[in-house]
Amino acid sequence: MANEAQASGGTHKLTVLNPVGFPPKTVAKAMSPRLDGLDGKTIYLVDPRFDDSGLFLRQLQDWFADHMPSVQTKLVEMSSVYTKDDPKTWEMIKANGDGAIIGVGH
Amino acid sequence: MALHTNAFEKVVQSVTRMHGMPQARYAFVPQPVMGKTAAQLRAYVDGIDPISGRPVMQEVVEGLTRPLEGDRIPEAKFERSTPRFVDTDTEENLHHLFLENNWTDNLPIILPTEERVAKMLAHTSRKPDEIAGHLRSNQFRQHWEFTVEKVAVNAVMAGARPEYFPVILALASAGVSARGSTTSSMAAMVVVNGPIRSAIKMNPGTGAMAPFNHANATIGRAYGLLSQNLQGGSLPGDSYMGSQGNNYMYNSVTFAENEERSPWEPFHVQHGFKATDSTVSIFTGCRSTAFTLGVRERYWREHVRSMLRGMDAHSAPTFLLDPIAARQFIDRGGFDRKEKLIDWVYENALMPAGEYWDYQLIQNYIYPRATFGEEPYASKLKAAPQEMIRMFKPDEIHVVVIGGETNGYWRIMGCNYQKTVSVDEWR
Repeated sequence: MANEAQASGGTHKLTVLNPVGFPPKTVAKAMSPRLDGLDGKTIYLVDPRFDDSGLFLRQLQDWFADHMPSVQTKLVEMSSVYTKDDPKTWEMIKANGDGAIIGVGH
Repeated sequence: MALHTNAFEKVVQSVTRMHGMPQARYAFVPQPVMGKTAAQLRAYVDGIDPISGRPVMQEVVEGLTRPLEGDRIPEAKFERSTPRFVDTDTEENLHHLFLENNWTDNLPIILPTEERVAKMLAHTSRKPDEIAGHLRSNQFRQHWEFTVEKVAVNAVMAGARPEYFPVILALASAGVSARGSTTSSMAAMVVVNGPIRSAIKMNPGTGAMAPFNHANATIGRAYGLLSQNLQGGSLPGDSYMGSQGNNYMYNSVTFAENEERSPWEPFHVQHGFKATDSTVSIFTGCRSTAFTLGVRERYWREHVRSMLRGMDAHSAPTFLLDPIAARQFIDRGGFDRKEKLIDWVYENALMPAGEYWDYQLIQNYIYPRATFGEEPYASKLKAAPQEMIRMFKPDEIHVVVIGGETNGYWRIMGCNYQKTVSVDEWR
């Protein structure tokens, strides 16, 4: 009970336990190779359907039309709510696109 | 390449790092996007990234084309990387350390000495090094792991008595965080049922949701502390993004159901347990509350409908009824079983379809599911704008009896039932 008595204060040193849990294993993931340019490329704009993100991406699409018309942009919605992974959409983009922009994340 | 709003800079950095993608490419636009016009959003696109100070579209184009630097990061090692002890120090310095490390709820804590933790551990048959569960602050982060001893450390910090420990272990094991990170500032709610309530002297009666009972207060506080510390933190702007915060989080609205004065079967029996079992039931998403007095003879239906219409359409109602109000619902509506009252609420919580679908939370979380055919949302989507549709599903609506019969006040808590967990398994 020495520590109990010491816990009352003063200059005595106490030993206490750490309250923090154990972190998860971090597995490194390879990034997709970057494109050598966007001319003639197909870029998917992925709408996670959260807080007016679709309206935002339409402005992004307009920017490409105005400034980089050689880039073909395709706006797609995620298949459900943003909290669910959407492998079907990711596979479709891999098969048909050169790159993707997803937004807007909160 | 991803675009985010600038309020989420730290979140984006920590989530991509923890998922093994520190090289992830992203750019930022100002917060908020919600509610802005097309012209305002185009100005975001044409404007400057508020984090990098460079044009947003320059960041976007370079994010897609600039070569990656270096190879893959080496795989991190999964060690028991959190030490069992903190460095020995004086009481004053240790309190300062716990506060500075965001290990507290900013109220004074009890320092978790070995002796105090050992006393806590003596109230479970589980071994200190047994894995008790996994927690994370939201679905975008990875689970952290913790042992029975780690739960005991947090229980001590909260001021809980050792005899409460099986209840706290049950809460920790449930895998449901009381420090969930959403911008909506949700809190948890905990309902305790069965013999453990009286064994540890929990309060189901007068003032049950107020700070007048040691077990109610400290079990709920322990649930919050263990959630933030065992999931890897709960830091505003980083791992906690509740815009306004929520006072309910201080003890996660923790109370015992008043089974003895309830005219209905206890909540845990409704969910498959025996009356002699001891359980904890966890709700999340607690934000909105409506209240009234009594169940009036003439207009009770209208009163309840009005209360339901005032609730957030995305958070289902849980009725928290003083025993007086519970009996009045039986007298007025013939609800001799909780299920009958739940059915009535399901039938009477109505809203015009156009109004329902325009709610931002419905747009974010329900509308996408409806458009891809998920029922009952897909059928609701077919309704004309003025057609009245049901706001909730029957299995989302719940009833709990709580209160000391000083009067017939009752309230509706907007929240989402998660699960009921056995306390007895953690004795």
